[in-house]
Order: sequence, then structure tokens, then C-alpha cells
Amino acid sequence: MNDFTYVRASDVEAAVSLLAEQRAAARFLAGGTNLVDLMREGVERPEVLVDITRAPLAEVQELPDGGLRIGAMVRNSHLAGHPLVRQRYPLLSQAILHGASAQLRNMATTGGNIMQRTRCCYFYDISSQCNKRTHGSGCDAMNGYNRMHAVLGTSAHCIAAHPSDMCVAMAALDAKVNVRGRAGERTIAFGEFHLLPGDTPQVETSLAAGELITSIDLPAPTAGLRSIYRKVRDRASYAFALVAVAAAIRMENGVMSEVRLALGGLATKPWRATIAEQLLRGAAPSPGLFAKAAEAELAPAVVRSGNAFKPELTKRTIEAVLAEITGTEGDLQ
Amino acid sequence: MVFELHPVSLRVNGVEKTLDIEARVSLLDVLRDHLHLTGTKKGCNQGACGACTVLVDGERINSCLALAMQYEGREIRTIEGLANGELHPLQQAFIEHDGFQCGYCTPGQICSAVGMLFEFGAGAPSAVTKEGGKLELTDAELRERMSGNLCRCGAYVGIREAILQAQEVMAR
Repeated sequence: MNDFTYVRASDVEAAVSLLAEQRAAARFLAGGTNLVDLMREGVERPEVLVDITRAPLAEVQELPDGGLRIGAMVRNSHLAGHPLVRQRYPLLSQAILHGASAQLRNMATTGGNIMQRTRCCYFYDISSQCNKRTHGSGCDAMNGYNRMHAVLGTSAHCIAAHPSDMCVAMAALDAKVNVRGRAGERTIAFGEFHLLPGDTPQVETSLAAGELITSIDLPAPTAGLRSIYRKVRDRASYAFALVAVAAAIRMENGVMSEVRLALGGLATKPWRATIAEQLLRGAAPSPGLFAKAAEAELAPAVVRSGNAFKPELTKRTIEAVLAEITGTEGDLQ
Repeated sequence: MVFELHPVSLRVNGVEKTLDIEARVSLLDVLRDHLHLTGTKKGCNQGACGACTVLVDGERINSCLALAMQYEGREIRTIEGLANGELHPLQQAFIEHDGFQCGYCTPGQICSAVGMLFEFGAGAPSAVTKEGGKLELTDAELRERMSGNLCRCGAYVGIREAILQAQEVMAR
């Protein structure tokens, strides 16, 4: 690992100005579970780390509108176990608990989880070509080991999957990301926070240089919303998703009056399944409709040799989750 | 190249130690190479195996991904700090139930189990916990909660029995 200067920020203002004062490449350091690993591999080589874990951002607060504000330094385990999260946003609690291990969840923070990088093995291996690491160098994943890679939101330059479980639930729940930079504070809708790779896979978020995530807002929960987070992976626990489905549905007079559906493990960013949602919203649940909605969402999928199984696996998982939430009987494929 | 040294004060197993370290040094390397507490093991060094698990303020973490500088002022406990005159109930139970073969993952398994029973006792949920039900340390719960610790010898059967016994002993 390269040497670097370590500085501690006591609050948000100090963190933002400390980072801005650095002429060298500087990074905010939170739980370290991803950044320290990337530094050890030589993928990240910051010259300065600004430790923000002592900034007072570890609170979960109720908002006047019935929503919740989650401080960026709230650790994943604390967020998943928080009584208000378990009671009002069980989808978020479940998603977090399906990610990583207990040890990592005790270290990792909310803001850090949102900022984590892909686990694409070519991104991690500095002897490989990677457009995310070195823009314009090429992508070894295209014709390499791409079983874990994305089929939605890809480009000719990058097929790296976004690894987070927590973010999939946040996408489904319409979270908002509050950030602070030298120019002041602003709020970014969760769906606009992570960017598709397009021609610039090295640009992963809409954060401006030097901006810090300070908190996440969740809107007030809808009464009667039933949710499921289902993760399909190579082992029963502690593995990244092949496919993850986050779904929350409210039934009213026999129809699905509210539908929230997001996917993980198969897209280049936390994937809100808006095409499927549109077909499901306001309709009566049926196996045929679930299949049609899943099919439509996966229609734009672009597969490679190793991940061609993902669209079918995703469709089946979506259908099973929707049937379970709505209590729909009948033949599922 | 000369790396800059930073003074850091770490509290390990109840003892305050002041050291001069490089900022890039992990808590794991400080424990093993600077404090000579070699009970904590380096397995994968990337947060995938759990061999380096230690307790910080009672919570289990992977010390390989922890920069030591970040843990100044925290209460760090390693396998060497668990026994108190006699072996910790988990240490005793691992011996009685053969919760190991080669023993390399054992310090991490035991520290992780201490943290796990603390979390379980505090009512923390896991991915297999059903909301609204009574929290019980079923096989499914135990496997899920201990999934961050791998054992390449496959001593999981003994590890499971050891943890269940220790849970009973500690509840007395």
C-alpha cells in the first residue's frame, strides 16, 4: 500500500475544508472495508485520507414528515437493527442484512456503502485492462470471466455490476442523498446518484469533487406496504448477489395500488425496475402479469458468455417474489 | 522512501500502548507485529475469511481492513484478552467439542462468537430472522450469524456445538 497522510475531521465543515485544502489526491475515509482493500491492491492510491468517522453523523432521526434521516456514519449493522428501520422500512433492514458479514456490517457505514466500488475482478487486478480504472484502456471483462457481471445498464466500455444490497432497497424506497461541499448543501435523488457507465465508466456518481455525503433521507412509509428482499447467490450467506430483488407492494381493492421494484447484482447501478412497475401498478396480480412485467424489464438485457443465465434467473426470481408478496397462487414458470 | 511515523495510543486487552506507526498499518499488523499478540491470524487479508476477527467496544470487526489509526481510544479485545483466570466459556467449549482441526481460524471463530452472542443477546436481527417472532439461536440463525468466519478444515459441526454449549453456560 502506498504511504499517505492521515488527518481526522471533527465535523462536516472540517472534513469538507480539509479535503478541499489538499493539493494531492485525497479521499474521505469511513469504515474502510472497501477503500483499504482497494488501496492494498493498488487500485486506489490516495495521498491523503480524511477520516470522517469522528464527525457527528451517526444518528438516525425522525423527520417531521414521518420520514427518517440516516446519518452517513451510521454503521450498517446499527441501521439494519434500528427499531424504526425494522418497523417502518423492513425492506432496508433485510437488504443490509443480506450483504457482507456481521464483522463487515459492524465497520461499514451508510455513506461508505453507497460509495463502494464494483467487485469486477478486472477492476481489482491492476495488471488487467479496465476502463473504469484507466479510461480508454479497454475492458478485459467483456470476453473474460464475466459470470458476476451486469446485463442491464451496460455499455461497450463497461459491464461491471454494482455490488450493494443496501442501495437496492434505497432505490426502491426513493431515498434522497444529502451532500455537502464547499459550495454548500444539496440533495440528490437516489436514482440520479449512481451513473450508468456509458462512455465514461470512471465517473460513477453525480457527486462533485470534494462533496461529502452527510445523510440519507427516506420518505414517510406507506401503510400496508408488504415487502421482500430476495438475494440469489452461490452460497447461502456472505456472497455477492447473482441477482437480488427488492419488492414492496400495497394491495387495495384487489389491485396493486403501489408497486416498488428494484434489482441488484445484474446492473451497473442499483436498478429501479420502472418498466415492470408501470405494468404492475393498478393491475390485479396474476402469474401471467408477473411474467409479462419481468420479461419487459429484462428485454433490454445484453448478456456475455458467462452471465447469459441472469435474465432468466432474474425473471423467475421477480415472479416468485411478486407471487409471495401478493399471495398469488397459480403456475409459476 | 521514508514513511512518516505517527504516534498512536491503542487500548488492547485493557492495557494502553503508545506506538509510532505508519498511517497505512492495519490494526491486524499492529497487533501481530508491533504488540506481538500473534493469536489474531492473517488469513486472506481482504475481509473474506474472518481469521482476523477482534472485538472493538464489544463488537466484532475484521482487523485486516481496519487502519490502526482509526481505532485510537477504542477498547480492543483479542483472543489473548478473553480468559480471566480461567478460559472463556467459548474457549473451553471449543476444546470440549473439537471446534477446530488445524486451529488457524479458531481465534477469529471464538472472537466472532463472543461478538455474535453479544449481538444476539441485544436482539439484533439477522438475514434469516422473522420479524415479530421470538429470537432463538436456531441452526439457521447460527449459520447465518457466523458466516463471516470460514474454516477450511470444515470443523463447523464442532464449532456449532461449542457455541451452543457456551451460550448455555454464559446464560447461567
